[in-house]
Amino acid sequence: MSLAEKETARVLIADDEAPARSRLRDLLDDCRPDFPLALVDEARTGREVLDVLNREKLDIVLLDIRMPDMDGLEAARHIAGMPEPPAIIFTTAFDSYAIKAFEVNAIDYLLKPIRLERLLTALRKTRAAPPVSREALDAAANLPRRHLSVHERGKIHLVPIPEILYLRAELKYVTVRTAQREYLVEESLTHLEEEFGEIFVRVHRNCLVARSAIGGFERNADESESGWAVLVKATGEKLAVSRRQQHVVKQFR
Amino acid sequence: MAKWGPVASINQTGTGIRLPNFCNLGVMLRSLVVVNLLVAAGAVLRAPTLAASGPEFMSLAAGAEPMLFVSLAALCAARPALHAMGYLRSIVAVAAFELALSGLVARGLAAVLPQSTGVSWMQLALLTLFVLGVTLAYFDLRSRALSPAVAEARIQALQARIRPHFLYNSINAVLSLIRSEPRRAERALEDLADLFRVLMADNRTLVPIGQELELVRQYLALETLRLGERLHVRWNTDTMRADALVPPLVLQPLVENAVYHGIEPSEQGGEIEIDVGIAEGQLLMSLTNPYPGGGRITAGNRMALTNIRERLQLHFDAEATMRSEVKDGQYKVIIRMPYIGAAA
Repeated sequence: MSLAEKETARVLIADDEAPARSRLRDLLDDCRPDFPLALVDEARTGREVLDVLNREKLDIVLLDIRMPDMDGLEAARHIAGMPEPPAIIFTTAFDSYAIKAFEVNAIDYLLKPIRLERLLTALRKTRAAPPVSREALDAAANLPRRHLSVHERGKIHLVPIPEILYLRAELKYVTVRTAQREYLVEESLTHLEEEFGEIFVRVHRNCLVARSAIGGFERNADESESGWAVLVKATGEKLAVSRRQQHVVKQFR
Repeated sequence: MAKWGPVASINQTGTGIRLPNFCNLGVMLRSLVVVNLLVAAGAVLRAPTLAASGPEFMSLAAGAEPMLFVSLAALCAARPALHAMGYLRSIVAVAAFELALSGLVARGLAAVLPQSTGVSWMQLALLTLFVLGVTLAYFDLRSRALSPAVAEARIQALQARIRPHFLYNSINAVLSLIRSEPRRAERALEDLADLFRVLMADNRTLVPIGQELELVRQYLALETLRLGERLHVRWNTDTMRADALVPPLVLQPLVENAVYHGIEPSEQGGEIEIDVGIAEGQLLMSLTNPYPGGGRITAGNRMALTNIRERLQLHFDAEATMRSEVKDGQYKVIIRMPYIGAAA
């Protein structure tokens, strides 16, 4: 979201190292005369960033890439799915992989130690430039996400990948099924299959099932063109297997 | 780029390539293998049929083995004197000794087994010189082949062993201290300077382990600055002797790996355990850290391990070992090498 000129920017610092956060605080203080800003909070992991976002309205997140629990790149991918995402400024001391990927995908980042002028330029840029796109972030990431993010009433809810039983495409959305409940996410099933191909297997044009959730296969001539259905372990649901994906049945039996 | 001079190590101390250390178990084994292969080749050539080459080998070995064992014992005992001579002169000395020895053996054989294969003294002398030449040429080539590994150690030290990640994060941490705690910042910069002095130094000669542990402490002080409460270290060095000689930077890169892979990926952090001790004439070092698994696979870890393994092999040949294991969520590296006191 771009800020109007002279409006006070609400900023979050995210870094797992205390000295790095303190250094950024000092630098932000130095930026204040030229760029009105308020430091809203500080986060030590990607997950904490999302927690703060669920509480506070933010304009800019200074996001370290390498953090424990959830790294900056995964946090950014969840943030990018928000209706009005804050601008993200990535920071890193050195991560040859991330730097290369960022260059390729034209994502801006700041190298630690960060210079005041560079920070100020990056802060100003957030007023004009559009936020980093979800596609660019996906392309830059080398690891699959460990969660899917569900955006409900302006809040980010994380669904851990291992809890997902199956993913089913329905019109604009994908239904995410866990043992407890269903969620809707705005993702493409094809992209999900590419990202999580090792965890899920396609049984139908519109359905990916977690390999670990497959309880067995049943003959089910009525509903399914192949005559087979997958039995979902935790819920007992049956999902039709299409003729094209019939080889999956053999693979698992 | 500086030109790399000749290499110094335990096998070839001082300057230039020298005779290998024949007291080293690995060198002895290599000598045994080379000499026996040559004897076997000779046996196959001399024997009228392939089946006869077995007995032929036995009769040749009857002469060769005593010579070999006596030579190895003598070369081990005469090592300081030979090293003092320089490479070329020591080779001439060894050749003279071997010729004399072959004369003795030829006489001895003639006395013990009068009707034996009938190798004349001249034949045995020439064969001895040939075997000696091949063996020494093998060791010469081997030390030349391994020496670039040591020469490159300095470059690798900068490129691989200290992660740029660590350098920039440390500088960033120091920057954060300058305004609030200038004294701590000074201390941290001093530690950083010491660390880089060692990294850029000529790391070809062995150093006392006390020096290496001091370096590890300075390194950990810098990491504590960044990671604070997340980094815990347990030292266990009761049975250690600080004068034990080790290749420089044998532990620090491993500790760095432990921090990068074991502590940083965890929000709560964890404990690194460093054990150094001496038992039965062996120096034992082990390093244990939590192994959270997953995450990005880096080539850095393997690079550091390979580098250390190469240097251990160069300095101690088969007498040093390094292995790593993952057990119960803990990653452990164990290094075992001969205990050599600095005074010895």
